[in-house]
Amino acid sequence: MSFWEFANPVRFNRLATRTLPWLAGATALCLGIGLIWGFFFTPDDYQQGSTVKIIYIHVPSAMMAINAWFMMFATSLVWLIRRHHVSALAARAAAPIGAVMTLIALFTGAIWGQPMWGTYWEWDPRLTSFMVLFIFYLGYIALWEAIEDPDKAADLTAVLCMVGSVFAALSRWAVQFWNQGLHQGASLSLDKEENVADVFYFPLLVCLAGFVLLFVTLVVLRTRTEIRARRAMALMQREGEHSA
Amino acid sequence: MSLAVSSLTLMRSGRMIVSDLSFALTPGRATLLRGPNGVGKSTVLRAIAGLMPIASGSVVLNGTPLTDRDAFQDQVLFAGHQDALKPTLTVAENIAFWAHLFGGDVRAAMQSFQLDEIADRPAHACSAGQKRRTGLARLALAKDRPLWLLDEPTVSLDQATVERVASVIRAHCDAGGMALIATHIDLGLTDADTLTLTRPRPVTAAEETDPFMAGGWE
Amino acid sequence: MNAYSALLRRELTLALRSGGGAGLGLAFFLIVIMLIPFGVGPETPTLGLIAPGVLWVAALLACLLSLDRLFQQDAEDGTLDILALSPVPMEGLVMVKTLGHWLTTGVPLVIAAPVLGLTLNLAGPAYPWLVAALLVGTPALSALGAIGAALTVGVRRGGLLLSILVLPLYIPTLIFGAQVVSLAAKGLDPGIAMMLLTGTSLFAVAVSPFASAAALRVHLS
Repeated sequence: MSFWEFANPVRFNRLATRTLPWLAGATALCLGIGLIWGFFFTPDDYQQGSTVKIIYIHVPSAMMAINAWFMMFATSLVWLIRRHHVSALAARAAAPIGAVMTLIALFTGAIWGQPMWGTYWEWDPRLTSFMVLFIFYLGYIALWEAIEDPDKAADLTAVLCMVGSVFAALSRWAVQFWNQGLHQGASLSLDKEENVADVFYFPLLVCLAGFVLLFVTLVVLRTRTEIRARRAMALMQREGEHSA
Repeated sequence: MSLAVSSLTLMRSGRMIVSDLSFALTPGRATLLRGPNGVGKSTVLRAIAGLMPIASGSVVLNGTPLTDRDAFQDQVLFAGHQDALKPTLTVAENIAFWAHLFGGDVRAAMQSFQLDEIADRPAHACSAGQKRRTGLARLALAKDRPLWLLDEPTVSLDQATVERVASVIRAHCDAGGMALIATHIDLGLTDADTLTLTRPRPVTAAEETDPFMAGGWE
Repeated sequence: MNAYSALLRRELTLALRSGGGAGLGLAFFLIVIMLIPFGVGPETPTLGLIAPGVLWVAALLACLLSLDRLFQQDAEDGTLDILALSPVPMEGLVMVKTLGHWLTTGVPLVIAAPVLGLTLNLAGPAYPWLVAALLVGTPALSALGAIGAALTVGVRRGGLLLSILVLPLYIPTLIFGAQVVSLAAKGLDPGIAMMLLTGTSLFAVAVSPFASAAALRVHLS
């Protein structure tokens, strides 16, 4: 059975309905364990005090904010090349989630920044880049909303996503040139060069898994809704045709 | 020289617009495309002009298939129901611009649609009929393109101008050209063939391209 | 006269005729610059400090003004259909229209900018760099704007949407362009910023015809 079979909306929805309870359960479990462990069972940082615990929301949401855009890029590309409607709708479904993740990362960053840097907002490259990313999300969502023909909307938003990805990356780089910044380096990296002590690191990994699961759950849920909306639209059009 | 259309099927977002349309145009003859409003006359013209994707079927003009788009479109003149005029340009400037793109003699084109006296009038100051005449002047520019696709060319024209348009079309056909004209009135082209479009049949299960309609939904 | 020069001449004529809006961008640029001291205060050192950024942001906004009519009018009056059937490929059409937009909107801004720099007390060494940076950067503004205009061509009253789509794309150009001017104003060497600006601009100009033509084809189908 090929992966592309889920490009069929019926199959996708059947799979979605079957897996959603499990996905939701796993999300709740991971987030529950990770957040409770992180908030209540880790020591305060000797410099940052208890404020450090916001990383359990801040870091995962920031990662998903970027990954959601990557996912939109990939699914838009699939739509442009293979014309699978589910792929385009998945990109559409992911955008608001990515936007909200970006917003969460920005807000938690501001809350963390106040005690750390003495200011809620700093035009630091990372913060600025996230604000830019948020604007890109807004434009993408707005274009989907503005175009009535769903296939045209899918095509045009895919073009926007391609161009936007290149210029978002270019902006990230330009912003770095513009201001060197005071944000600490990435807290997590896969090559084992850690900036975070193990006591914070393990609950953070669980939270991270929880956010990934949360994202997948929401995307599957929203894609199923988008598919049903398209199905309803198609049925209504046919209805109109037969009565005409 | 001929246009051969066979089993042309046009769909838009999964809906059938035109189904199984087959016809042929022979040189020297005009064909009137008829049918009630909303039956897809404009869509057929746009599809044959290559402005709209074709779901299935084939369109071949003088041995060139529509899929060879540039070569096909070089032989086609399309006049939609809009005049494609710029309101701030004068009648002469509008026509001269098209002449630069498609070739042709501006002066002769203006004469054949009696536009000389309004040559320097900006298009926004023209009446609807004058605008239509200016738009149709492209016909006289691109005489050598064998296939003309005209969408309601005579809207807002007076009787005398309708006859003039008809004579331009007749001259084109006499020179070996072809014309497919969506129209509600007779145009006075007495020897023209008529092609009547009927409502499309429903989409069959086999050709259902819309995955939001095709099988398996409970 | 070939098809391309006919197209370009038509673009320029349409922009310069009444209602074409060629002067509007320039007027908008003047007004924005004039409003800045009212908001910031008349202290010349402050104005001199923010002048590079203000000039660039104002130029960027002025460029946006006439973009929504770049393809929309042609799409509405049926011209785009006829142009699609003409021997000129869609990419070429986009390039000519972008060039037309730059000549009627970008170039006047480049010429007016040094004069307005004077009113904002821009530092002496920055003037040649201001002109150079705008000259290099404004084509990118027109080119990226063309992408936004092509994406929103089927959207009724798409002007606001167009700004939301296009302004984020302008960020790299704005950053590098304003850096060139402010580095020069501080007496530093703006060479690297200028190179980055040139690279960004060339990239934008190279990508735009393909992206815009793809969007226009989607609209036509």
